[in-house]
Amino acid sequence: MEYYESLGLEPHLTLDPADLQQRFYTRSRQWHPDRFSRASAEEQQKALDMTALLNDAFRTLRDPVTRAEYFLKQNHIELGKEAPPELLEDVFELNMALDELRGGDESARPQLAEARKRFGAMLEEIDADLAGLSLKYDQSLSEPILEGIRGALNRRRYVSNLIRSAEEVLNATILSGEESSN
Amino acid sequence: MSSFQIDFGNATPPAGPSKIVGIDLGTTNSLVAVMELTGPRILSGIVPSVVAVKPDGDVLAGAEAREMLLTHPERTIYSVKRLMGRGVEDVQPELKLFPFHVAPGSGSVLKVQLGEKTFTPPEVSAHILRKLKLDAEAALGVPVTQAVITVPAYFNDAQRQATKDAGRIAGLEVLRLVNEPTAAALAYGLDKRKEGIVAVYDFGGGTFDISILRLHDGIFEVLATNGDTHLGGDDIDNLLLHIALEDIQSEWGEDISTRSDAVQLLRRAVIEAKEQLSFAPAATIDLAYHGRRYQREVTRELFEQIILPVIDRTLGPCRRCIADAKVPIEDINEVVMVGGSTRIPLVRSAVEKLFRKRPHTELNPDEVVALGAAVQAGILAGEVVDQLLLDVTPLSLGIETMGGLVSKLIHRNSTIPASAIEQFTTAVDGQRNVLIHVVQGERELVKDCRSLARFDLKGLDPVPAGSARIEVRFLIDANGILSVTAKDVRTGKSVEQEVKPSYGLTDEQVEAMILESFEKAEADFKERQVREARVQADAMLGATEKAKQHEAFNSLSGDQRKAIQKAINELLVVYHHDNYLLIRAKIEQLDQATFALAEAIMNDAVRGALKGTQV
Repeated sequence: MEYYESLGLEPHLTLDPADLQQRFYTRSRQWHPDRFSRASAEEQQKALDMTALLNDAFRTLRDPVTRAEYFLKQNHIELGKEAPPELLEDVFELNMALDELRGGDESARPQLAEARKRFGAMLEEIDADLAGLSLKYDQSLSEPILEGIRGALNRRRYVSNLIRSAEEVLNATILSGEESSN
Repeated sequence: MSSFQIDFGNATPPAGPSKIVGIDLGTTNSLVAVMELTGPRILSGIVPSVVAVKPDGDVLAGAEAREMLLTHPERTIYSVKRLMGRGVEDVQPELKLFPFHVAPGSGSVLKVQLGEKTFTPPEVSAHILRKLKLDAEAALGVPVTQAVITVPAYFNDAQRQATKDAGRIAGLEVLRLVNEPTAAALAYGLDKRKEGIVAVYDFGGGTFDISILRLHDGIFEVLATNGDTHLGGDDIDNLLLHIALEDIQSEWGEDISTRSDAVQLLRRAVIEAKEQLSFAPAATIDLAYHGRRYQREVTRELFEQIILPVIDRTLGPCRRCIADAKVPIEDINEVVMVGGSTRIPLVRSAVEKLFRKRPHTELNPDEVVALGAAVQAGILAGEVVDQLLLDVTPLSLGIETMGGLVSKLIHRNSTIPASAIEQFTTAVDGQRNVLIHVVQGERELVKDCRSLARFDLKGLDPVPAGSARIEVRFLIDANGILSVTAKDVRTGKSVEQEVKPSYGLTDEQVEAMILESFEKAEADFKERQVREARVQADAMLGATEKAKQHEAFNSLSGDQRKAIQKAINELLVVYHHDNYLLIRAKIEQLDQATFALAEAIMNDAVRGALKGTQV
């Protein structure tokens, strides 16, 4: 858990954002290459490596999602690539609407916008779920909870991809719609 | 003469600790500044970023070169920053708008033709940097060998590397490249605001940047940056120029766009009108050329209509930057304006509308970047200890994967230094090489991104396909420049690699240019020393001649008088020598010889003063 160590933290899934930021600033002041511009080449390299690690660590740990992903990876738990079965029906509908709108069928727009909204709400639910599971894990250190977190992260990745493609199509067709009306 | 040395205007610089200078290497103008106890200070004046080759082959940079734009446009280059780190095919759109003369036979390295000579863009920039270096040395009286140079935040790896190369060619160790808006924030933060979120809108001669920073207890943390490295005041000039050229064609019945001297005169007239329009409701583009006159009044209303598309192009990057910074717009406490183009009222109102607050314009937009660079120089020198800059990489870094797709390794707006580790293996039994193609950009396909370099990992142990494990570490340093190291996981040994940068110079090419310029710098230095020694000799000889008229001269012994005459003669003999050390030695000798005379005159003066009479 190199990222946690670099910031002087125990490996927890829940972290206090203000504390994390303060630790990052304090260590940056200590290790930033700016402080070593007249030091030996070895010391400069060490400062560069330490700062790169600190930056990578802070970037990963400040976001609960990338933090959980990192945590699982360090525990040798791989995220799956399979579509979560409970979402299959919603996904099917969304893809239909996407295809129709891409093909110029404007009647699919409300349906797609509605689906985008539904998936957005789903994302919020997953995030709340993830926060709850993370806290539970930190309190109990119970391994099966990690499996639940894996499931939540899988769903999250899948849902955010769906939202992205929906937004892409919605925005693209709005733009081309403007052009053709001009 | 010992006691009169102050009057002689001692030209020898006092020895002192060397200083790290801060340099704003701008598209239109450049500046050098230094950190002092009281704060950052600009050294010498603005240096136009123009380079010219005189008919006798000498190279000029700065104001003198700018004058040559009118007399010898084909021997002069401006806005070379637009060419930094770019390939021949990249600059084709630029060539339609700027009188760059690409040298025939420019291959992967772009070269411009100035008279009989050809230069790479870093070499042109090096001439500007060398001029700034000399100005700084003259102002400080100590040699200047280390510098912080600013670059547009949105500069890619190749553009940054080209800037660093320019510094090296000019004889400067570039300790750090700092992003221009970040430098501005540093100068601004020191002066005005200590805490909060600040947006810096930097619209210069040829580049546009927007950065959003969090200021906290001396830490300047860049949250996000965006921009366009080919958008600036130049583009506004070109729009006006285009209109004026068409006008002239219909008025005079002649197309003057192929006459470079006329175009340069007209460009100057257009810039004057543009600058006036920031203060006046109307201005006139006024061109006198070979007895003909063109005058065209432009109202501010028309001007704003013409330039609106250019200004609109800055707003997209602003919106993306705000989204990336993940701060609500109302949490941005202040907007700081940097760069000459922010003097245009329409720019100010567009920024005010977007950010919903009045932008800060009280800092001199031309100087604030150089001042910030000087602060960063102070940080590196250990003179400024409580400030720290945490900057980001403007563009995502990725590698080419199957099917021409990009796999992103380091995302844009990651704080730098930043790193990523990726494992590679071989696809064929006994494969000895792995080729990694690194690109920069936000798009999904390699062809839409900017190729950065190809790393050829060589000398792998021949093993069955898929069983090699090569760990490659990509590291972006604090300058925003990439380096790659690779090791064989099974043996732990580092893997040899050959780097082929897609644009720009190889290390060998830079070395050769440094060598050449070092010889030139050596010659420059000697020439300057000789000139200064002669100035000192003139002063010394003049003062001695005057002192000889003084009655005190008669009170000297015959030997003393002979010694003075001998020293004068010997100084005159070496005066035209090009060895400045010899001239200095003879000045010193004359100084010694006139010691007694100086003393006698002083005593006389004191006596005169005591008697209350004039000397």
